[in-house]
Amino acid sequence: MADSASTSHGGAPPVAHQFATARQQREAANLGMWFFLVQEVLFFGGLFTVYAVYRFRFPEAWAEASRELDVKLGAINTAVLITSSLTMAMAVHGAQLGKRSQQMVSLLLTLALGATFLGIKAIEYHHKWVEHLMPAPGFQFHGASSGPEVGHARLFFACYFVMTGMHALHMVIGFGLLLWLLKNAAAGVYSGAYNTPVENVGLYWHFVDIVWIFLFPLLYLVHPR
Amino acid sequence: MGSNFPLFPEAASSTALRVDALFFFWLAVAAFFTIAIFVLLPVLAIKYRRRPGRLIGKAVHGSTPLEIAWSAAPMAIVMVLFVWGAEVFFHMYRPPNETWDVDVVGKRWMWKLEHPNGKREINELHVPVGTAVKLHMTSEDVIHSFYVPAFRVKQDVLPGRYTTLWFRAIKTGKYHLFCAEYCGNEHSKMGGWVTVMEPADFQQWLSGETAGATGPQVSPAAAGAELFTKFACSSCHRKAGPGEPPSLGPNLEGIFGTTVKLQGGATVTVDENYVRESILDPTAKVVDGFLPVMPTFKGQMNEDQVLALVAYVKSLTKSDASASAAAPAGGG
Amino acid sequence: MSTIASDSVAAAHELDHEPLDESLDYINASYGMRSWLLTLDHKRIAILYLCSVTFAFLLGAVFAAMVRIELLTPAGDFMQAETYNKVFTMHGVMMVFFFLIPAIPAVLGNFLVPLMIGAKDLAFPRLNLASWYLYNLGIAFTLYAIATGGIDTGWTFYVPYSTQWSTSNVIPVGLGVFIIGFSSILTGLNFLVTIHRMRAPGLTWFRLPLFIWAMYATSLVIMLGTPVIAITVVLLALERIFHMGFFDASLGGDPVLFQHLFWFYSHPAVYIMILPAMGVVSELISTFSRKRIFGYEFVAFASLAIALIGFLVWGHHLFVSGQSVYAGLIFSALTMLVAVPSAVKVFNWMATLYEGSVSLETPMLYALGFIGLFVIGGLTGVFLGTLGLDVHVTDTYFVVAHFHYVMVGGTIMAYMGGLHFWWPKISGKLYPEFWGKISAALIFIGFNLTFFPQFVLGYLGMPRRYWSYPPEFQVLNVLSSAGASILGIGYLLPLIYFIWSMRYGKDATENPFGATGLEWRTSSPPPTENFAVTPTVTWEAYDYSSVPMPEVSGG
Repeated sequence: MADSASTSHGGAPPVAHQFATARQQREAANLGMWFFLVQEVLFFGGLFTVYAVYRFRFPEAWAEASRELDVKLGAINTAVLITSSLTMAMAVHGAQLGKRSQQMVSLLLTLALGATFLGIKAIEYHHKWVEHLMPAPGFQFHGASSGPEVGHARLFFACYFVMTGMHALHMVIGFGLLLWLLKNAAAGVYSGAYNTPVENVGLYWHFVDIVWIFLFPLLYLVHPR
Repeated sequence: MGSNFPLFPEAASSTALRVDALFFFWLAVAAFFTIAIFVLLPVLAIKYRRRPGRLIGKAVHGSTPLEIAWSAAPMAIVMVLFVWGAEVFFHMYRPPNETWDVDVVGKRWMWKLEHPNGKREINELHVPVGTAVKLHMTSEDVIHSFYVPAFRVKQDVLPGRYTTLWFRAIKTGKYHLFCAEYCGNEHSKMGGWVTVMEPADFQQWLSGETAGATGPQVSPAAAGAELFTKFACSSCHRKAGPGEPPSLGPNLEGIFGTTVKLQGGATVTVDENYVRESILDPTAKVVDGFLPVMPTFKGQMNEDQVLALVAYVKSLTKSDASASAAAPAGGG
Repeated sequence: MSTIASDSVAAAHELDHEPLDESLDYINASYGMRSWLLTLDHKRIAILYLCSVTFAFLLGAVFAAMVRIELLTPAGDFMQAETYNKVFTMHGVMMVFFFLIPAIPAVLGNFLVPLMIGAKDLAFPRLNLASWYLYNLGIAFTLYAIATGGIDTGWTFYVPYSTQWSTSNVIPVGLGVFIIGFSSILTGLNFLVTIHRMRAPGLTWFRLPLFIWAMYATSLVIMLGTPVIAITVVLLALERIFHMGFFDASLGGDPVLFQHLFWFYSHPAVYIMILPAMGVVSELISTFSRKRIFGYEFVAFASLAIALIGFLVWGHHLFVSGQSVYAGLIFSALTMLVAVPSAVKVFNWMATLYEGSVSLETPMLYALGFIGLFVIGGLTGVFLGTLGLDVHVTDTYFVVAHFHYVMVGGTIMAYMGGLHFWWPKISGKLYPEFWGKISAALIFIGFNLTFFPQFVLGYLGMPRRYWSYPPEFQVLNVLSSAGASILGIGYLLPLIYFIWSMRYGKDATENPFGATGLEWRTSSPPPTENFAVTPTVTWEAYDYSSVPMPEVSGG
């Protein structure tokens, strides 16, 4: 595994006292992350259920409401996030090979792409704020403040903000994790013998990506054609 | 009002008899298993108590045939309960065709009821014995629940929707009415009495003055007819005469209870909920062949007025548009 | 598996490079608040949890006492209606979220899971400690809410009352519930990974104690169900603060949707409460019959079956909610199905007694009491799952009686039995057997007197959450309140004598009850590392021929 100057600082990885071997520790951490992600699926699942109920009940109002979203920005964000999963995978790869520079570049790129995503989301949210489309008192739709279509459209935006907001919150948490990884990668902590945190954060980041891949069509592409 | 220490409620409706029969069956099954286990446990504990010569249990693994037996037997018993329970449940949710319809509005913390001839009650419901009575209920605020223990019937009452409940009283008397869904401070005070009367007494009560009534009693359907004109419904919902342009809205004569085709191919039965939805959210389910031009009346009329319009539409028969609101002659 | 075995044997030699000081156990290994509050030892964390859940239980019990005092008379004369509504709400919130759901997993589970599988700790000790701090954060928010006016929505938070009408502290309590959900998830996650990956060499799945199977099934439920209550509470809060419209009928929202979301977790939650209890009961019945649990595999699979089917029955809380009749049919049928594995367990426990060697120490009294009371609770559950019957008794005291039979007559009896059984292992002391038996009897009698009359009240038609009631219900209410006072004494006694025993109790040996299970092959209390040498298991579960006879229990 030796690779000139960019390898880990060598030595056996730290094995916590409750584990018999490093392999057991790694497998436990991995399994833990997978179980955690299953739980996250159920968390978002509640939101998807609410979405499904109201979309099925108010299909026309929701198609109309969905038109207010900017498909271009949403599509760009989708591409950004998918690319960030690629760079994350490169970071994991770099950690497995103990290549410090690859890890750091990949992590920085992932952070940058993630920041881009959140920046674009902030712009979209701002637009909605200006257009009175925040699902709170003061909501207006097609010039009206009351009436059934307004109420149904408001439900669409309620789902939109809660779902993308929860997603964004998870991305912010992911940011924190990436920064932590970056710090450790810079210190050369990760190598072929020990890269579990990078792998696990990678799993988390991919999960956040997958959630968005569901959110984008469900929220932005509701209207026909 | 019964003894000071009742242990079992009166059964005052046809539904109650069915429910109690199911209850006693369950009770017999449950008592059998409970007593068997409460007896077996001490018997086993004593018979196999630890003593010299019995210092360790017999090393037994299990018995698959026994496992199958005591999985299958409970399964069979609960399936009987399920089927019987479903049958009673369907009976509760399938009112007969001829019913005495009472409109109910629950609000914190009272029940407002209105008979077909317009007579109103608060926290009290008078009904004739032997007649099937159907309640159409909605809430003005939070979820409540209309519960008459002696009839063994209960139904949550929701804002924004109608729910129904029906019963046929079989015994005269006065029975508790409770709100059974927690609704705030006065939840335990939100109730009153259901009074079941002989038919003749009920007729007399029905045509008498309501204490404290303001203004003449108008049946909900008649009130609805007035509203139908006042809100100009009749300008679109009419039968187009020969040579006239087609009406903008479907003709409502005889439409209640029929199934209509909607735009997009789906169908819907014209029931109370659909009429209400059409008034408050008219573009949700538009009848095929008509444009979605009906305005919404949300915010322009209260629940009582909507109920009146529903009663009116219900009363429209094919040939004419006049309301009839005489009390049914009992039975049904 | 063999790689891990040889890995672990080698590693065990590598790690056990210091001879263990025989006089050190996990309690006296270090002193001071910091060593407890910052511990990573699962056993110490279990004790921390013991303190927390006991506090929650006592607070919930105070609220219960207030309810029962008010209900002594038909009129609302002990407190105002608004206060009463807050009191029963907070009784429910404290008991359900802060006691019943965490108690057995976080106290007995945390202490025993690593010991029972021959591990040195759980997989993630820091997450374990974090879960305890999250518990405290959650209860802090809830206590703040209680102290600043309370909450009056019922522990079920039904909308639109909780979102648009209640003026009480809904959001802080919602936050408390959300946070403690996280605590619960971390515990479940820890158990799942630990049981999968850290079993001692030779400890195959079907050699595990049934308590471990029960904790595994419970952890599955925790992981799959808890996130849903988390998002539901978030939606509730957003609705209340921003009026987004999810549950507001005037905007097209649906109040019944909240009920579906709420019960999707809260029904499986009751299996989080009962599965660990059943696990405890399996251990007690086996130990005090000195006999392997009859039908071990069936009992193990029954736990999994209950866990999985339990996710499919939530709609039985919505039979009169306005839900469609056909949905009601499906949920009723599935509810009947979930009763069967529970019945199977009861029969297997009883078959274990048959030709056993039965001894009626306090833990066994609790176990037998559990079986009797759980049978009543479970049968009344079947009653409630029967559509035609539920309409009459839903939202009445019949439901209240049912769930207290399974939660108190079930879960709490098992928790008490487990606490007594493992007390020597946890504290190194024996509890006083005489007082143990007295308390068990008081609890059994008090419990039945409290809650059996409530079945009658329910069928009579007394609705739940009623501050005042018609006078003809008074006699039964008085009986119930009388029972509650006996029950209260029954719970206070163990609190006193457990604490007493820590100072004055007889010292416990390694295995005072002659039980199988790896936790009984180390000292009482165990050393911090649990085992001097990681055991290699070559025997089947519940093999009483390989353990010494129980000693005479202390008095």
